[in-house]
Amino acid sequence: MARPITILVVDDEPPIRRLLRTSLTAQGYAVLEAESGAAALEAAERDEPDLLILDLGLPDMSGLEVIRALRGTQNLPIIVLSVREDERGKVEALDLGADDYVTKPFGVDELVARIRTALRHRFQAQGERPAFHCGDLAVDLVRRTVRRGETEVRLSPKEYDLLAELVANAGKVLTHRHILGKVWGPAHTQDAQYLRVFIRSLRHKLEPDPARPQIILTEPGVGYRLKEGQ
Amino acid sequence: MSNAERDDRPSPDALLEAAEQEGRGKLKIFLGAAPGVGKTYEMMLAAQARKREGADVVIGVVETHGRRETEALLAGLEVVPRRRVEYKGRTLEEMDIDAILKRRPRLVLVDELAHSNAPGSRHPKRYLDVEELLAAGIDVFSTLNIQHVESLNDVVAQITRIRVRETVPDSILDRADDIEVVDLSPEDLIQRLREGKVYVPHQAERAVRHYFKPGNLTALRELALRRTAQRVDEQMLSYMRQHAIRGPWAAGERVLVCVSEDPSCAALIRYAKRLADRLHAPWIALYVETQRYHRMSERERDRIADGLRLAEKLGAEAITIPGGRIAEDIVSYCEPNNIAHIVIGKSERSRWFEMVHGSVVHDLVRRAGNISVHVIAGEGEGTIPPKTVQTRQTNEAFEPLPYLATTGIVAAALGIGMLLKQFMDVRSIALVFLSGVLFSAIRFGLLPSLYACLASVLAYNFFFLPPLYTFTISDPENVVALFFFLIVAVIASNLAGRTRNQVLTARARARTTEELFAFSRKLAGIGTLDDLLWATVYQMASMLKVRIVLLLPTGSRLAVRAGYPPEDELDDADLAAAQWTWEHNRAAGRGADTLPGARRLFLPLRTGRAPVGVLGVDRDEPGPLLTPDGRRLLDALADQAAVAIERITLVEDIDRARVTAETERLRAALLTSISHDLRTPLASIIGSLTSLRSYGKSYDEATRESLMATIQAEAERLNRFIGNLLDMTRLESGAVELKPEPADLGDIVGTALQHAGRLLADHRVEVDIAADVPPLRVDYLLLEQTLFNLLDNAAKYSPPGTLIAIAARRDGGNAIITVTDEGPGIPPDAMERVFDKFYRVHAQDRQRAGTGLGLAICRGFVAAQGGTITAANRRDRSGAVFTIRLPASVAEAPIREVAEHG
Repeated sequence: MARPITILVVDDEPPIRRLLRTSLTAQGYAVLEAESGAAALEAAERDEPDLLILDLGLPDMSGLEVIRALRGTQNLPIIVLSVREDERGKVEALDLGADDYVTKPFGVDELVARIRTALRHRFQAQGERPAFHCGDLAVDLVRRTVRRGETEVRLSPKEYDLLAELVANAGKVLTHRHILGKVWGPAHTQDAQYLRVFIRSLRHKLEPDPARPQIILTEPGVGYRLKEGQ
Repeated sequence: MSNAERDDRPSPDALLEAAEQEGRGKLKIFLGAAPGVGKTYEMMLAAQARKREGADVVIGVVETHGRRETEALLAGLEVVPRRRVEYKGRTLEEMDIDAILKRRPRLVLVDELAHSNAPGSRHPKRYLDVEELLAAGIDVFSTLNIQHVESLNDVVAQITRIRVRETVPDSILDRADDIEVVDLSPEDLIQRLREGKVYVPHQAERAVRHYFKPGNLTALRELALRRTAQRVDEQMLSYMRQHAIRGPWAAGERVLVCVSEDPSCAALIRYAKRLADRLHAPWIALYVETQRYHRMSERERDRIADGLRLAEKLGAEAITIPGGRIAEDIVSYCEPNNIAHIVIGKSERSRWFEMVHGSVVHDLVRRAGNISVHVIAGEGEGTIPPKTVQTRQTNEAFEPLPYLATTGIVAAALGIGMLLKQFMDVRSIALVFLSGVLFSAIRFGLLPSLYACLASVLAYNFFFLPPLYTFTISDPENVVALFFFLIVAVIASNLAGRTRNQVLTARARARTTEELFAFSRKLAGIGTLDDLLWATVYQMASMLKVRIVLLLPTGSRLAVRAGYPPEDELDDADLAAAQWTWEHNRAAGRGADTLPGARRLFLPLRTGRAPVGVLGVDRDEPGPLLTPDGRRLLDALADQAAVAIERITLVEDIDRARVTAETERLRAALLTSISHDLRTPLASIIGSLTSLRSYGKSYDEATRESLMATIQAEAERLNRFIGNLLDMTRLESGAVELKPEPADLGDIVGTALQHAGRLLADHRVEVDIAADVPPLRVDYLLLEQTLFNLLDNAAKYSPPGTLIAIAARRDGGNAIITVTDEGPGIPPDAMERVFDKFYRVHAQDRQRAGTGLGLAICRGFVAAQGGTITAANRRDRSGAVFTIRLPASVAEAPIREVAEHG
């Protein structure tokens, strides 16, 4: 690839931009910066970055408006920077089409992992991720099998659909609303209790210690995330 | 007796009184007739006894006057140091009430109840200090000499020719839970004086000559004993009422005076007062309100109200009871109230009247049983002071409408009579007219119905009695018939008219009562002063059809606080009248004796304790403002409002004091906490960073790694602290938005453990969630944060390598979550305080105490979800247990099946 992968960082705080520029450049990414929503939209149009890191609190417009404007024309992955108390903002950003979020203050390792996941999902065609491995768990979406070590795990059809959706988006956060819509259909996007019951039974079947989940992780107030596969 | 059932129930007043006593400290007074009888000594003896029983006893202030026996008794009792007060160059020592309140003993000894505090103290009088101690739930022993009792002050001055200025109100004696008379015969007391046990010798000799004369001492001793007996009597009465025992009981006598509209009533009341004084008995003024009350003139009603007021002023309890047979009602009131004497006026009525109507006095004497009945002759009119405020006469104007309608009714009767004439006897037609008369009596009252009688008689004669169409009557039989028709019609219309009046009065009274009741209920529900004042003026203005302003004192001046209509303003004359009313506690302004030039009438608004404000009344029409009924209604409304205003101002005062103290404490704690908790991690971070930048190259890999680990850990700690501050701020500003949803406890615990991962790295963690934990409806994030804080706390206070256990189980309808550690546990005295903001238990060997916010947030978050959190120590070994109790959601439907097919 002639051009390195380009990341547009949108944040009004210079120290944060400096931190991201240093860390991401060191990882081999090219970094562009914007300090306002308007500048971000302009840069996204002109420089065609491969990924956007977007702070939700911008001086001129809300980060949510930036997402809304971009999603009209572009399909680049967006990772949102947010604060702890703003669960509603996170869900709204994800529902508008952001790919993932990182809560401030964050570790650079965590952010880099999110960037990789988002880029991988974007560059990969739909349904082209037939297998998932994590510890002794192996899921094969082509053969529709789930194994822990040598033993096959028996799942009900809905449990399997749920797992398949998580596997297809491994490493990415999925909102309750998104999962419900995909697995149970658009009429059930509010029925969070379905999801809770099935997540619990999946954990009992898949997790080594269901009381301390390591594979299917809860993102409080937002949704679930399947651990990145190995 | 017909109402025996009712009387067997405990009286609500008595139960209320008992309830009010709960939570207060108990007051015991050691009462003596004179100085030197040994009150302080007795008090110390009693205190030592309580101390031996294990009570926490301290000395607030005790004057031993150098008496050795008393001083010996101080041994072993903690003394709260006195406060020094500088006053006019002298140093005075006063009891330190704040120190005692802070020390919170079970029992405090406070000598000399009647003592006046040095100027600049919190309360001018020591008994007020004692009140505050009692209110705080601390028991008090105190001493008092009989000459200091307010009501006996005059009597004592008469006996001893010495007036003492330091007095205590009788109410404190009445409220004392226990009074012990320290009694010493006069001879023994004088002996003690001579032996120098009371005063130093040369003082003693003078004292014996003047004050301590045997005659004086005997009188004082009698006073002390009798005052105590009276108190004991009240206690017994209260006990009898609480346990619904019927009287009268031999001990203690009460006097009852029957109030009537008779002008000589005032003399009767004064007689009762003298009788009660002679017997040293409490007394009651009773009015039995019968049907007759509604037929009385306003003058008579005023006389009754004035009579009751006069009795109240002279110290009686004024009571009105509804009734039918006066004598019976009086006796049935007397029995449960331990009345031994009834005072009633001698009837001025003729023998003939008494034969027909019966005599209340004769009835009463016959029924009274062992109660003495005093029948007193009247002294003539004019002895009750007339009211100071003129009231408006209600003169009803002539209204033509009822007469027109009545004419119509008679015409209709005539028409019906004409029709019936064909089939009926002429004399029966008289009944048609009679119906008309009755109808107009019921509909329009007495006068129109008498008019109907007359018209009917004329019409009947003219149209039906031969010779027709003349007013002459030929048949003598018809003359008789017409005559009786007239009599029947007049009597019937009289009766019907009177019934109508009674119905109207009863209806009006019922409406007034209902409105008063609604008003009092409304007042009880109001929490702010402005709402209360507004409700009051609106209610008065709308019920009485007048303009109302309400003034409350701000500083020493009165200011208008509410008015209806609201735009009213007061001119200078009005303000002067209002101020006069406030200062003299009497009516002033329009229609009153004082400052009648003012536009409004001002009435004092007061409770039993103190005046609270002034009420201004005004109406657009000239002349006196209120009807007598209106005046009585206004009094009732004003009384209710005054009590409510007092309640709210008291509550506000207390709240203000509490909030100020709490804010002060928090501000101090917040400053300490922020300076410490923000700076400590910053110091580590900056230190490590500068170290790395300056010498990083010379460090080996492990050192660099260790410094960087410190930076990361400390930065995370700082982040948690800021998170806690934010959570606390959200809790306190009420900005916590609850998003309750059905939640899986296992998931929440798992997430909390995941977040706390690094903090728990040095500990073992066990999770045990029982299968039968009921479904919960909670806010996921709040509960997760709570568990995180508890885990953080457990990790902080227990040594590395020990076990931290999270368990959940069902307990009836609740879910119980416990977090248990193996640390040193919580010091018992800190058990409740650990949930206080900025409180931290200081572990000696570990310096990293928490932020002092984590557990306060836990309590706030759990309470917001309707649950409770408690702290305890483990019984099996050392360690703390935090227990969260959350109500299970009832609405969680079984959904597994639905979902499978969904």
